[in-house]
Amino acid sequence: MGHSLFHKVWDAHAVRTLPSGQTQLFIGLHLVHEVTSPQAFDMLRERGLTIAYPERTFATVDHIVPTSDVARPFADGMAEDMMIAIEENAQQFGLSFFGLDDERQGIVHVIGPELGLTQPGMTIACGDSHTSTHGAYGAIAFGIGTSQVRDVLATQCLAMDPLKVRRIEVSGTLGNGVYAKDVILNIIRNLGVKGGTGYAYEYAGSAIEAMDMEARMSVCNMSIEGGARAGYVNPDQTTYDYLRGRTYAPSGEAFDRAVSWWRSMASDTDADYDDVYHLDGSALEPTVTWGITPGQALFVSEKVPALTDLPDDERDVAAEAYNYMDLKPGTAISGMPIDVAFVGSCTNSRISDLREAARVVKGHKVADGIKALVVPGSKSVLKTAEAEGLHHIFEDAGFEWRGAGCSMCLAMNPDKLQGREVCASSSNRNFKGRQGSPTGRTLLMSPAMVAAAAIAGEVIDVRAM
Amino acid sequence: MNSSVIQYVEGRAIPVRGNDIDTDRIIPARYLRAITFEGLGEHAFEDDRKSNPDHPFNNPRYQGASVLIANDNFGCGSSREHAPQALMRWGIYAIVGESFAEIFLGNCTAMGVPCLTASTEDIIKMQDAAEADPQREMAVDLKEKKLTFGDIEVDLQIAEGNRLQLIEGAWDATGMLFEGRDAVRDIANKLPYVTGF
Repeated sequence: MGHSLFHKVWDAHAVRTLPSGQTQLFIGLHLVHEVTSPQAFDMLRERGLTIAYPERTFATVDHIVPTSDVARPFADGMAEDMMIAIEENAQQFGLSFFGLDDERQGIVHVIGPELGLTQPGMTIACGDSHTSTHGAYGAIAFGIGTSQVRDVLATQCLAMDPLKVRRIEVSGTLGNGVYAKDVILNIIRNLGVKGGTGYAYEYAGSAIEAMDMEARMSVCNMSIEGGARAGYVNPDQTTYDYLRGRTYAPSGEAFDRAVSWWRSMASDTDADYDDVYHLDGSALEPTVTWGITPGQALFVSEKVPALTDLPDDERDVAAEAYNYMDLKPGTAISGMPIDVAFVGSCTNSRISDLREAARVVKGHKVADGIKALVVPGSKSVLKTAEAEGLHHIFEDAGFEWRGAGCSMCLAMNPDKLQGREVCASSSNRNFKGRQGSPTGRTLLMSPAMVAAAAIAGEVIDVRAM
Repeated sequence: MNSSVIQYVEGRAIPVRGNDIDTDRIIPARYLRAITFEGLGEHAFEDDRKSNPDHPFNNPRYQGASVLIANDNFGCGSSREHAPQALMRWGIYAIVGESFAEIFLGNCTAMGVPCLTASTEDIIKMQDAAEADPQREMAVDLKEKKLTFGDIEVDLQIAEGNRLQLIEGAWDATGMLFEGRDAVRDIANKLPYVTGF
C-alpha cells in the first residue's frame, strides 16, 4: 500500500515524538500578518527568546489595511498601532517584511504562492485559518493561533497530532459559469461544516486536475469552512509551470531537481485513505449561500429549504438562519435583492477571478443604489489587472477599484456593511456579523456571480447574462 | 519553560446553546484591532449579547461561572486566539461540548484551557442542570475524564495527547519544542527545499 502526500510530508517533517505522544513537526514556511502576531512577539520578548529560523518567516500586512487611503498615520489609531507593531517586530527580529510601501504586499495567502514561497512538499503555518489555501501547491498548510505563532517563531515547530486523510474526487467537467467556488461550496454543503474535523482533504479527480493553480487555491482556501484544517491538491505539471521563474522558487538545474522531489511527494496511486468521497462536477450549478454557515448553500435555481428537508441536527441553525437572513423556506434564492457587491478576499481576489468578473461586467452598469467594489488580493494582482485594463471595465460599470487587502471579507478596516445590508460576496464566510455590521447579511458566491448580481441588483444566474 | 498542571477544573457552569457558534460571534473582528489580548473579556459574545438580552453571558445568574457547556462544532471559523482569550478573560477555565472546531481546540489547549467532549444527550442534560441550579459547582476531572454536577456524572472524551499536555503541565509547548533543537536541525538539513535542492 502506498502513501498519500499528507503522510509523506508529515514523515519528512516529523522531528520526534513528544512525551504527550504528539509529533514535533518542523514548519518549512511561516507567514505572519499584523493581527495574530503582536502578542506572539511580546511573548518572545517576555521570555528572552529569539527566532530560531528567521529566514523561514515572511511578514506582510493585509487585514487592517485601508483599501482606499493608505496615508500614514491611518485614521484608525488602533490599526496604526498594529502597523507600527509589525514594522518594529519585523525589524527587531530580522524578518523579511512586505509592508505597505513594498510592491510585494498583499493578502498573505495571495502573495505566498505569487512569490514562489509556497512550494510542494512543504509544511506551512500562519496565524490565519485560510492558510489551507497553500495546499493547492501540494503543501500541508494549516492555520494556527497566536500561542502557536510564538512556538513557530521560537522553534520553527509545532506540537501536533496527525490528521486523517479524506480523498475528495470531483469527476467530470465543470459547466459554463461554474467555478472552483461552486465546487467547494457544494463539498461543504454535502459533507457539512464540521464534516472535515480531524481530516485533511485531498482534492482530486478530473475537475480538479483541469483547474489552474488559482482555482485550486479557491478550493483549498475553504477547506476550513468544511471543518478540515488542511486541504491539498497533488502537484502536477500545472503546479510546476506556475512555479517556474517565481522570485523564491528554485531556478536553473535546481528547479529540475526540485520538480523530481515534488513529484516524489505526490500521493502514490495505491495510497491508502481514511475515507473517499465522490462529487460529480458536471452536475454542479452556480451556487449561493442563503444562511449563516457556508454549508447553507444552494444551486442558484433552488429554493431555501424547509426544516423538514434538513437532517435533525441542522434544523436549529437553519431556523436561526431564516430569522437572521429574513428568508422564508421555499423562497427562490434567485431574485433576492442585494445592497453591496464585493469581489475580493483570499478566496477569490486573484487575476483569474478579476478577469472572470470583468468579462461579466463589460458593457454593463451596476444597478442603481448598489455599492460595488473590487479589491485585488495583492499589489501584483492590481498591477496586472491595470495592465490589462480591467480597472477601466470595472470603473466604467460603476464599481470602485481599490487597493490590495482583506477589505470587506472580515471588515477589520474601513470597508464594512451598514445595518441590515445584503452583500453578494466572493469571500469565504457568511457568519452573522462577519462583514462588519452586527446585522449585515452575506451571500457567498463566485466572483462572476457577484459581478452578475451587481448588475442585476439581485441574485441572478450568471449563465443568463 | 514549564506551564501549570491542569487536572481538575471546578466552578459554576454556563450553558451556551447552539451548534456552529463561530469565533466571529465569540469575539467580533473589530476587537482584534489591538496589539494585546487585554480587555477582551468584556467583549465576549458582544453582538450576540446585544441582539439577545437573554444571552447567558448577560444573565446575572451565570456571572462568575468558569465551565462553559457548548453544543456542536463550537469555535468554528477564524483561527483568532482572541476568541478563547476573550472567554478565558471573562472567566472560563474549561469548556465541555459535543464537538469543537480543531483550531479553536488547539488554541485553548495552548492556553491551558481544556476542551472536552461528551455525548449530545449528556451535554443537554448538563446544560439543563446548570440552568436549573447555576449556583452549584461543576467539576471537570481530566485524570478520570468525568464531569460531575451534584449527583450527576457523565463521561468525557479528550485526545490523549492534549490530556497529557494538560495534566502534566506541558500545554505551553515552547520549552518542550525548544529542547528538540538539535533534532530539528537534523530534520531541516534533510529537507531539499531547506538545503537549496
